[in-house]
Amino acid sequence: MYDLIIFITLLALGYFFGRAAEKRHYKSIITREQMLKDIIAVNSRVPPMDQGPLSSALVSGNVVVSVDYFKRFLAGLRALVGGRVVSYESLLDRARREAILRMKQQARELNAIMVFNTKLETASISKNARGAIGSIEVVAYGTALSPVKR
Amino acid sequence: MIVTNMEIIPGQRIKQHLGLVQGSTVRAKHAGRDFMASLKNIFGGELKGYTELLQESRDEAVERMKQQASAVGANAVLNVRFSTSSITQGAAELFAYGTAVILE
Repeated sequence: MYDLIIFITLLALGYFFGRAAEKRHYKSIITREQMLKDIIAVNSRVPPMDQGPLSSALVSGNVVVSVDYFKRFLAGLRALVGGRVVSYESLLDRARREAILRMKQQARELNAIMVFNTKLETASISKNARGAIGSIEVVAYGTALSPVKR
Repeated sequence: MIVTNMEIIPGQRIKQHLGLVQGSTVRAKHAGRDFMASLKNIFGGELKGYTELLQESRDEAVERMKQQASAVGANAVLNVRFSTSSITQGAAELFAYGTAVILE
């Protein structure tokens, strides 16, 4: 009986706090994406040759983000019937956008105009009790090109 | 020492190619952070402690790669890649590798 009460409490905590956290995170992602949209991040490998002298530097951004208890429970149910695991899709989406934003922020500090050769990498860092995804790390890195002042 | 993940540097020519250099570090999270992370697993959200830890470890891997590059006499590392793998429960390896070159 007590187990059930604890389980339901955890589910409710996860549902309310997790939803609020996700909403807040998306809001901040969207505003910062607007602020940093003039820095273009592309994954093309060859830098533009018509821009005059540019200096380059490695920039990176990383984030570790975790899913809440309620969504993990949903994903567990989803694993029984198969199909799209929507609760993890939004987690990965948030993590990638956040990592790219942090990379762009670093590029902005270097007065860069664009980020070339952007690579994204995802790793699951915590192997939880039943091998659930739990928390993931996303790192975005690329070469920031900034104009050289003469 | 220039560290970049592009294959060429605009405006500079590669004089000599010195082969692959690498740097890696294995880090474990300490128990306090692990406890905070297990709380976050209920509420959801960013694990700031882990973000910092992994960023520090990645910087260290790059630092080790740079040391190796200067040991072979390079002045730049091109085409740098990162990779992360969890080795055992609670420990992660951060790995950085690239091509050491001498630029003109």
